[in-house]
Amino acid sequence: MAVVSTDAAERLGIRAHSDGPAASPSRIPVQSRAERFSSFEHDDFPEVTGFEAEWKLTPVDRIRSLIDGELDGSPYPIRYPEVEGASVEWLPRSDARVGSAGAPEERASANAWTSFEHALHIGIDGAIETAMTVTRGELGDTPRAAHTIVTAAPNSRGLVVLDSQGGAALSENVEIVLGEGAQLTVVSLQEWDGSALHLASHFARVGRNARLRHFVVSLGGSVVRVNPSAHLAEEGAEAELFGVYFADAGQHLEQRVFVHHDAPHSRSRVTYKGALNGDGARTVWVGDVLIAPSAPGTDSYEQNRNLVLSEGTRADSIPNLEIETGDIVGAGHASATGRFDDEQLFYLQSRGITEDEARRLVVLGFLSEIVQKIGEPALEARLLSALEDELGAVR
Amino acid sequence: MSTLKIAGLKVSIETDQGTKHILKGVDLTINEGEVHAVMGPNGSGKSTLAYTIAGHPRYKVEGGSITLDGEDVLAMSVDARARAGLFLAMQYPVEIPGVTVSNFLRTAKTSIDGAAPAIRGWATTVRDSMKNLRMDAEFATRNVNEGFSGGEKKRHEILQLELLKPKFAVLDETDSGLDVDALKIVSEGVNRAHGTTGLGILLITHYTRILRYIKPDFVHVFVDGRVAEEGGPELADRLEDEGYDRFLVDGVTDTPEPAGAQA
Repeated sequence: MAVVSTDAAERLGIRAHSDGPAASPSRIPVQSRAERFSSFEHDDFPEVTGFEAEWKLTPVDRIRSLIDGELDGSPYPIRYPEVEGASVEWLPRSDARVGSAGAPEERASANAWTSFEHALHIGIDGAIETAMTVTRGELGDTPRAAHTIVTAAPNSRGLVVLDSQGGAALSENVEIVLGEGAQLTVVSLQEWDGSALHLASHFARVGRNARLRHFVVSLGGSVVRVNPSAHLAEEGAEAELFGVYFADAGQHLEQRVFVHHDAPHSRSRVTYKGALNGDGARTVWVGDVLIAPSAPGTDSYEQNRNLVLSEGTRADSIPNLEIETGDIVGAGHASATGRFDDEQLFYLQSRGITEDEARRLVVLGFLSEIVQKIGEPALEARLLSALEDELGAVR
Repeated sequence: MSTLKIAGLKVSIETDQGTKHILKGVDLTINEGEVHAVMGPNGSGKSTLAYTIAGHPRYKVEGGSITLDGEDVLAMSVDARARAGLFLAMQYPVEIPGVTVSNFLRTAKTSIDGAAPAIRGWATTVRDSMKNLRMDAEFATRNVNEGFSGGEKKRHEILQLELLKPKFAVLDETDSGLDVDALKIVSEGVNRAHGTTGLGILLITHYTRILRYIKPDFVHVFVDGRVAEEGGPELADRLEDEGYDRFLVDGVTDTPEPAGAQA
């Protein structure tokens, strides 16, 4: 099935490549993800040309308004249920929790940071039994900035769903902070209308022996770029980052994942799976993993799989692994992009299942592997049904 | 009375070294309820015969025919063959990530029967069949063939055989990789299907071991893409003692016309 396939456990001490921008006289090229520039100020970043490593795979002309335009940073309508042990509130910019998990590394993210007026705070204080689903469906078409902070108190447990629907032109930052021993699942669900533009940077800081499970589910929207990063900041921190996406004709779905191992005995798994169908369907996955000298005993693996369902699509899949300590348990990456596995189709058809039905089963199975891991049956069922709808167009 | 008839079948595959002719004129007729063992050394074309009957696109039919009760099997798509009553238990069943056994079995049964099975009756039937094959109930929630042991894969194939109730089943080296206990369990499943539905069986094997548990009515020895010798169960006993050597000497160096088709 694989058209392109790399599958290598990086040997100890061998440093993987990293694709920084071309050298220019005025600037030292970025050699390591650790050295990437960050700032809260939009104007600290140079103009975006579209040739930068950060932007070269993104249709920047379609999102200029988010990179450089004026953004409405006022609070917007949200819906959420009452959940015991969880709270939802708007915070002023001056709140100490703002900026506690990360800082923008590119201009659109900084534009959002400069522009937001209040931050939406979702706090998990105990062990919540039901999902805290915060839905925003009335953002409108005016370019907007948003800022969200999800905090999980020490030893808390919970599932937070950030569900985005309707139309939007949105640039936003999401901070996720896990206290010691917290176990938090965050699902970022992009169910936008077909014309929506959405750029998001997620910054997670994972504390001692805490465990983050993070899902990016991108189905709707015109250009959707969600870049999650996880800073494994204290001993025993763990992050599992999952993604599932389905790009239709003309749709651009991008995710740039960054895992920063920065403490001993931290563990990460990154698994993103996508399908592409229709002319101009486009996906980008970049997976950066940095294992710092401060992170002996790291255990890390990242992979991306793409299933190409028609002609006229393009999937970019770029894993980057930087290892700066020799004392690790494991570090590996894998990437494969290809068409249907003919042997899978043959097996199903040999049981009487028609070719169309077999294709549907294979794709749905391929993507549902990620959905099955969310651990919230009602949401899983809803997402599987949404994926089945996407597959209605596949023949 | 159903009949699966293979006549003058010639099959080739494309390889990096060019076209390779594998089956060079195979004649074989299986009637309802009969058990035929096809035996032969590695590379003699046994699995090619199995996959050609099932319709795998890799195998190109150069000549001859396969008919099921007079219908042209070669003109049917892979799924149409299954719906017509043919089943292939594969030597290397394929993993289907994200598709549970339970979902797969229900989808296959619905496709074969043309209508969804009654929910309650079906659940009971599946559970009983799994129990007979000593499969844990949890098995139904796993993804098809994913992480299955060799024995579990073969049991899963025979589970499908029992549930889908085909007219004819081709068992492609179902005995390979099984220990004695698993071999007995799998053989019992095949014999149950044979006893309850009048299944016709084409049992492909390299070894005589499985024939202790599944008794063949006819034995065909495959050498170099042809049936080199045919007979009753006693032929298997002779192979047990002598191996395939005499066929490799007699059969390959200068290929005489193989024994004629048997009824």
